[in-house]
Amino acid sequence: MFGFILRRLAVAIPTLLLLIVLSFLLMYAAPGGPFTQERALPPQVLANLNAKYGLDDPLWRQIVNYVWGIVAHFDFGPSFIYPDRSVNQIIAAGFPITLTYGGIAFVVAVAVGVSLGVTAAIRQNTWLDYCAVGLSIGAQVLPNFVMAPILVLVFTLWLGWLPGGGWGGPIFWIMPVIALSTSFMASIARITRSSMLEVLSSNHIRTARAKGLPERAVILRHALKPAMLPVISYLGPAFVTMITGSVVVDMYFSTGGIGRSFVDSALNRDYAVMMGITILVGALTILFSLVVDLLYAWIDPKIRY
Amino acid sequence: MSLLEIRDLNVRFATTDGEVSAVNGINLDLERGATLGIVGESGSGKSQLSFALMGLLARNGRATGSVRFDGTEILNAPPAVLNKIRARRIAMVFQDPMTSLNPYMRVSDQMAEVLMLHKGMGKAQAVAESATMLDAVKIPDAKGRIRLYPHEFSGGMRQRVMIAMALLCRPDLLIADEPTTALDVTVQAQIMELLADLQRDFGMAMVLITHDLGVIAGSAERVMVMYGGRVMERASVDPLFADPAHPYTQGLLAAIPRVDQKGDKLSAIPGSPPNMTHPPAGCPFAPRCAYPLAICQQVMPPLQGFAPGRERACHVEIEVVRAGHAPLPDLPEPAAADLDEAQQLSDLIPEESAHDR
Repeated sequence: MFGFILRRLAVAIPTLLLLIVLSFLLMYAAPGGPFTQERALPPQVLANLNAKYGLDDPLWRQIVNYVWGIVAHFDFGPSFIYPDRSVNQIIAAGFPITLTYGGIAFVVAVAVGVSLGVTAAIRQNTWLDYCAVGLSIGAQVLPNFVMAPILVLVFTLWLGWLPGGGWGGPIFWIMPVIALSTSFMASIARITRSSMLEVLSSNHIRTARAKGLPERAVILRHALKPAMLPVISYLGPAFVTMITGSVVVDMYFSTGGIGRSFVDSALNRDYAVMMGITILVGALTILFSLVVDLLYAWIDPKIRY
Repeated sequence: MSLLEIRDLNVRFATTDGEVSAVNGINLDLERGATLGIVGESGSGKSQLSFALMGLLARNGRATGSVRFDGTEILNAPPAVLNKIRARRIAMVFQDPMTSLNPYMRVSDQMAEVLMLHKGMGKAQAVAESATMLDAVKIPDAKGRIRLYPHEFSGGMRQRVMIAMALLCRPDLLIADEPTTALDVTVQAQIMELLADLQRDFGMAMVLITHDLGVIAGSAERVMVMYGGRVMERASVDPLFADPAHPYTQGLLAAIPRVDQKGDKLSAIPGSPPNMTHPPAGCPFAPRCAYPLAICQQVMPPLQGFAPGRERACHVEIEVVRAGHAPLPDLPEPAAADLDEAQQLSDLIPEESAHDR
């Protein structure tokens, strides 16, 4: 098991390198650059800027310098657009925010989604099931860029209960969490329901019932664990998506998370910020797919590494 | 009072193709300590009969009639009543030990929870007691292996675990639903022998459900032959094998390949089982019967006694049935240990897991 984790982490290094090189090439291939403006800069100014940021080096040297900066100094470079801020600073400022509302949204989505899915499965084809399924379809088809303004309209403008934006104490977290978690919650509920239904019709559940176990023990002790397997494989990538923030949430609620920074950097050609956030997302994705594999092994004794 | 009294039991399933009648008007009495074999091919309703009385029917299934266990009505009883009887007084061994044990739990946990639930034991005591039971079903190194997961056992060993788990509370009745179907022939014999020993030691009644006449011959006292959800014939083992009084029983026996009679072809009953979505008005076996009468298509013959301890449901005169079939002179010694590959072929139709419809 320990060896497996080490091997997986070792494989992560070339994977991340590949991610860096590919992202770099894509950015390089796209027309335009960070200093492209409507009114062209004088050639001398542009040349100086390019020299300052190393953009006049050959491509391979740029990549090597970039990777070396990360490996040697954990330095993701300066922002091309905000000269006084480094990528490290931008991520350090925004990531705790997305981690907070994304993490809470994740917990909420899992708790509500799993309960909703299990309830629907146990009460299959009753009004409870239909309500749960209807609710999750509703939550899924309502995009968060529609949901967010509705939330602001109702809770800020009409009721005046919640601040319409900004970042501070828990009261600022509520709307971002709702806006971010609903569609994930809906997916989790649907996956849980269908997986639970399948498990409940399996032979070992009949055996559990034949033992005289009360239904609650049949569900919680015998059915829930296997029913969670497909949910867990969905949760790995979903967790990364949630904690790395959502541009919609950051825009509507002015939360200041890295979701906004990511999209801005792509639009502004702020190469360093874009690369930094891409690497962050990539590293987290690799990490949590490992976590998913470990959870699988924990649940299913047939999986051994 | 019999241990188990079943009166007019019917099981129906609501499906998208209409209502399926799996069991039709079964009556049955089982005394303490007795062994009843139920034989029939796939879809004859034999497994659904046992699921119905344990309250384990699939969600779309509905049972009507009466099942009294030790004087208490248990058919469609509330969960609280059923859960006091399940495992504690009536235990089941299921067909497929690969899937009937929980693959995600250690055997120790699966077994111990039964004793903790019904006997109020603590975890440690329950595990120790479970290990003793694994020992009783002849699992070597029971103390060590109880910590394993089901996939770490072989098929035969898994079925032993199932049996040990069923016996934990020393039930009055054990229902074994195709306990050996999923196993190798040599392992089949061991399991049947084990069941017979345990039944004697524990003094419990047993219902043995199978499509394998060889298993019945070796283990049961009385046999009930089912077809299309109805009882076709019921008798003690010896007269049933020596002198089958129903054309269907006759066909089943004739379909057992015999090593001592060289022939080109295996004998099979022509036709296929009835579609129970539209059950025939008369005898369900009539379309495949060797001696059909006009009345057979219209009227289901009642199950009637025709000799002491023997009943059959057939319009055809018993002499006609007997004449059509010379009694088997020397049936091979029906001990389960004599099962060979040829007898394996007596499966008329590959058995599907009757529950997974």
